[in-house]
Amino acid sequence: MDDALPLLDVKDVAFSVGDRQLLRPVSLQLHEGDCVLLTGPSGSGKSTLLKIIASLLTPTSGQLIFRNSDITTLKAEAYRQQVSYCFQTPQLFGQTVYDNLALPWQIRRQKPQQEKLVAHLESVNLSPDMLNKSIEQLSGGEKQRVGLLRNLQFMPQILLLDEVTSALDEENKLAVLSLINRIAAEEKVVVVRISHDVNDIQQAEQVLRLEPPEKENARESA
Amino acid sequence: MNQHNISDTSLMLSLTLVVIALLISQKEKLGMSKDIIWSVCRAIIQLVIVGFVLKSIFDINNSWLTVLMVLFICVNAAINARKRGRNIDNAFTISFVAILSGTVITLTILVLSGAIAFVPMQVIPISGMIAGNAMVAVGLCYSNLNQRFRDNHQRIMEMLSLGASVKLASGRIIADSIRTAMIPTVDAAKTVGLVSLPGMMSGLIFAGIDPLKAIKYQIMVTFMLIGTASLSTIIAVYLSYRRFYTARAQLKVMDGSLGE
Repeated sequence: MDDALPLLDVKDVAFSVGDRQLLRPVSLQLHEGDCVLLTGPSGSGKSTLLKIIASLLTPTSGQLIFRNSDITTLKAEAYRQQVSYCFQTPQLFGQTVYDNLALPWQIRRQKPQQEKLVAHLESVNLSPDMLNKSIEQLSGGEKQRVGLLRNLQFMPQILLLDEVTSALDEENKLAVLSLINRIAAEEKVVVVRISHDVNDIQQAEQVLRLEPPEKENARESA
Repeated sequence: MNQHNISDTSLMLSLTLVVIALLISQKEKLGMSKDIIWSVCRAIIQLVIVGFVLKSIFDINNSWLTVLMVLFICVNAAINARKRGRNIDNAFTISFVAILSGTVITLTILVLSGAIAFVPMQVIPISGMIAGNAMVAVGLCYSNLNQRFRDNHQRIMEMLSLGASVKLASGRIIADSIRTAMIPTVDAAKTVGLVSLPGMMSGLIFAGIDPLKAIKYQIMVTFMLIGTASLSTIIAVYLSYRRFYTARAQLKVMDGSLGE
């Protein structure tokens, strides 16, 4: 395979609902090990772009090519297991933390491995005892980390993170960011992460800034 | 059996009850007089027509005509159930298949077990009861599906984003919608005879049948209503939940579901 070939090629992707444009045309190429920080003002379509990349929304125009195949030709479930989107405020399932971490295993019809679940919890500063804790008793930051761990049970090729550190204090934010950087470096996972944090933006390898469609339209007409 | 024949005069006198309702409406300025008169006129006309139609069908006693009447009942029930099926493409077809299947399966069991005979006098009233109950259950089921898909938009998206199939992502909603649609039928079965004497039983007792015989029919009705409600809702749910997704296994866009 040609090394220069991107893992995912986002070609002029835009999204509208009726007459309202939510995302102006965006192009982006993602190669193995890339770490892209997505930023921009509210309403610029950052979450929409990630949902389109995760195939949770179909773009109004444009094309997404994953490993040389148009994603519309790939089975949605199999694609999403490779290109995984993590929400900013995840809604947890079932009764306990275990129910949530076990879900990706159930989706793949596999039995969860306890030691892996515990290791994952520890990697984001969560105690192993947390496994049987009720989701009702979790803080916002704990929920956010459990939500992220769901996406990491089976390592995807592209990880899409929607402000996943927004509810975390500095210490836990560093732990999560360190885990994300380690995954990107060691597992060659492409990470596309939304953040408004100035430090994050300054330290990022690649930054993609989106503009709100109206602003773009206004600038074009000016 | 003590046959009880209501005379035309008695019927006319019972119209006094409607006059009472009209007087209340006038006195309390409810503005319902027109509605009351219209609904009473409709009820009288509809029932007179149904009375003549049923009398003819019972007299002709033809199996095909009976089947046609059952189909007519199911079509009307499906048209009514469809009204609650916003966001569901082909809601009429789904409702018709669900209600017809529930009705036919239940009728077949009742006829084969000897509980009823395949004669219009028994099949048509029983079909009306079954299809009516299935119609309410399917309608409730649609309302629930719409509400739950709207309320759980992000939860479903999260399941899908983890690679779950549409069926797995909808699993909880499917179960909850079936359960909620079944509640009125199950609750009615729990309180039957304690809170109300149901139509079938009341009708038989009114016609002079021994209450101990009448309850046998009511027990049969309870069985058939539970059976039909569960069959029809299960069929309707499994035929309709995929309509909330696109061909790409994405949730269809609903108001406020997109974030930014």
